[in-house]
Amino acid sequence: MSEKTAKIKVFRGDEKGGEYKEYDVPLFEGMVVLDAIHHIQATADNTLAVRWNCKAGKCGSCGGEINGKPRLMCMTRMDTLPLDKPITVEPMKTFPVIKDLVCDVSWNFEINKKIPPFKPKAPLADGTWRFSQEDADRVQEFRKCIECFLCQNVCHVLRNHKKEEFAGPRFLVRLASLEMHPLDVEDRLSLIKEAFHIGLCNITKCCTEVCPEHITITDNAIIPLKERVVSRFYDPIAKFWQKLFAKNDVTK
Amino acid sequence: MNYQTFEHDVIVIGAGGAGLRAAIEAATQGATVGLVCKSLLGKAHTVMAEGGVAAALGNVDLRDNWQVHFRDTMRGGKMLNNWRMAQIHAQESPARVNELEAWGAVFDRTKEGKILQRNFGGHQFPRLAHVGDRTGLEIIRTLQDHAVHQKNIEVFMECTITHFLKEGNKICGAFGYRRVTGEFLFFKTKAIILATGGIGKSFRINSNSWEYTGDGQALAYKAGADLMDMEFVQFHPTGMVWPLSVKGTLVTEGVRGEGGILKNSKGERFMFRYVPPMFKGEFAETEEEAKRWLAGDKSARRPPELLTRDVVAKAINAEVKAGRGSPHGGVFLDIASQRDVETIRKKLPSMYHQFKELANVDITKEPMEIGPTCHYIMGGIRVDAETGAATVPGLFAAGEVAAGLHGANRLGGNSLSDLLVFGRRAGLGAAQYAKENSSIKADTKQLDTCATELLKPFNQKNGENPYEVMDQLQKMMDAHVGIVREEKELQKAIDSLAQLKSKVKNVKAAGDRTYNPGWQTCLDLENMLIVSEAITRAAMERKESRGGHTRIDYPESSAEYAKFNFVLRKKGEEMRVEKEPLPKMPAALEILIKEGTT
Repeated sequence: MSEKTAKIKVFRGDEKGGEYKEYDVPLFEGMVVLDAIHHIQATADNTLAVRWNCKAGKCGSCGGEINGKPRLMCMTRMDTLPLDKPITVEPMKTFPVIKDLVCDVSWNFEINKKIPPFKPKAPLADGTWRFSQEDADRVQEFRKCIECFLCQNVCHVLRNHKKEEFAGPRFLVRLASLEMHPLDVEDRLSLIKEAFHIGLCNITKCCTEVCPEHITITDNAIIPLKERVVSRFYDPIAKFWQKLFAKNDVTK
Repeated sequence: MNYQTFEHDVIVIGAGGAGLRAAIEAATQGATVGLVCKSLLGKAHTVMAEGGVAAALGNVDLRDNWQVHFRDTMRGGKMLNNWRMAQIHAQESPARVNELEAWGAVFDRTKEGKILQRNFGGHQFPRLAHVGDRTGLEIIRTLQDHAVHQKNIEVFMECTITHFLKEGNKICGAFGYRRVTGEFLFFKTKAIILATGGIGKSFRINSNSWEYTGDGQALAYKAGADLMDMEFVQFHPTGMVWPLSVKGTLVTEGVRGEGGILKNSKGERFMFRYVPPMFKGEFAETEEEAKRWLAGDKSARRPPELLTRDVVAKAINAEVKAGRGSPHGGVFLDIASQRDVETIRKKLPSMYHQFKELANVDITKEPMEIGPTCHYIMGGIRVDAETGAATVPGLFAAGEVAAGLHGANRLGGNSLSDLLVFGRRAGLGAAQYAKENSSIKADTKQLDTCATELLKPFNQKNGENPYEVMDQLQKMMDAHVGIVREEKELQKAIDSLAQLKSKVKNVKAAGDRTYNPGWQTCLDLENMLIVSEAITRAAMERKESRGGHTRIDYPESSAEYAKFNFVLRKKGEEMRVEKEPLPKMPAALEILIKEGTT
């Protein structure tokens, strides 16, 4: 029986460096890149490090770069890739490599802690709230985020070592989900400008392109936040009205 | 030996819904909490829950209340549930869901702007609060973002706990390692809450992640705690069967909740033929009636596709065995003929993508091919209904790792509510216990033995490949302890487990301790063996069919076996199976079940 195979070139190494090793893997129907990595791990080298959990595109653990493109390994079918040459699988480039395909993404968890938590307006007498599905729709798009950090990985600002200054698309999406939440009354606009530096984003939309959840990161989250920042801090007419009515700004 | 030491009042192991909710509660009570998880925060199995969280809010159908939810849960569990847990769960889940909203969760809405609820198998009324088909993600993210702002919670990501330490009969610490560095960790503590989830990786065809290796059940068992109801494993009726790569991946029950129907290769809607006596008269008897129900006619009864999971899984199995299966050995699940494209994409977006991207199937146009997949274990650590306390002082458990709430079969949606209700209660229980036992001191003498055991796979010269052993175990469990069981098959499993045990003693790890999945698999295997043996031994003893446990040599439920749970206990090196009588249900609740609530 002649078994169809594919060649996979996998990065093996750590922060200090490494090499690309080539493996042959047998192909089967519907196979995804993560299957190939698991095959290598189970048969050729038990020490090959990779993160994964759900294997169905729902947990965002297995992000990496496949033939140079940021993808989830569990959602990338082998039959969508050219098999006449080796498939390259590498870790995300923006974060330090721990080992093989596993990166140190801990920085993201630190940023998340800095975002002021959800603060709801007062509930109705029965202790619950009412809002429409239309209001829910707007933030539910942002709440689809599975935290794979592929958007952080392709962000030019973060790649150019501005991690200390810029929250990155993932957390601008999270900020948008809070700022546009139908019940939230916290005001994070000055933080979005001063601490998370939304101004550094120059809208190249690379983040939107790689999002496996198809969240319209730039158009629906970042640009509206930028507009809010502009009208609060730079627009003289808006500024006048805000002073007059001091609306929705609980920091005042 | 080098190790890092940490000290907390309460250690929570597992950071899915139950672990996060427990950690939040214990911290709120003033306890310092160490939250230890096997993966990154937010990646636990809760993220995979799709359909919704069951709570009798009565937002869609006013006839719903906790009594109906209690009755549905008990009957779904074939009356083997701990009645008190089922009562607490039904009474408290509405408050737990509303609390999530207060913490920022955004559920789908009714026209009046309340939390929307959908139909699900075994629930008499639309009861599942949901967010399309990604409810678990919404819940884990809400809890995660709430937890990281609690001052008293320290999170330990990608750490594995391998040993518990005891002082006399009381828990006093835990030992394990950090994956990223391979360094050893020692946690001094007063109380441990296990929230490690299930055992699905004991089977080849499953819907679970790599984490689901029975760690909590095995750790508790080794520490002397009782396991209970381990024979009750849930095979979810609708897993993907094709392509091979995704065989077993979950297809949410929400598809049927939204009106999806099941058909065999002859095009027959076969579930009408499989309504068990207990539910006769409660389900639609014709396609016409089912159609009216879907259109919103409240006088019409629910379609039989919404029977409980145990019933539907067995029906699918029977259809396939009778030669009426689909090309890849399942049956057809069809939503395309029942709902318009827009509704399907709005209510089942991740199913749409999953099938489109992984199977080239457009579920708005064609039926899905599905079949049973190992999904959940009803059994687990035996706990006190009020506090989640296990039978070892200082040990608590909540969520899938605990037993009792679901009896012989779990209703869809009752898991997410279980995590919230009993996660909170275990957090309360453990914080209280830690306060009352503040003088417990951990003894470090035991640590050298722990470290030696942990490093053993590196010292094997010609050892076994752990991945091969795991594959053998999974195939063996699929073959002999799967959805349909019988004595001679179970005996084969017991014999195979003995052989696998000696192989597991010899598994070998290559390389060093830094992020080494081979080493991790060696450690997981020991736990997988313990839970596999517990499932098999309990299945052998229960000589009847009930809920998730089906014996072809004892196809009927027996009144005698309805009287007790099977408990598994460690006696030296031997695993003992013992009978424990079911706690007596108060008369008022018994009447609820017999007579219904209307």
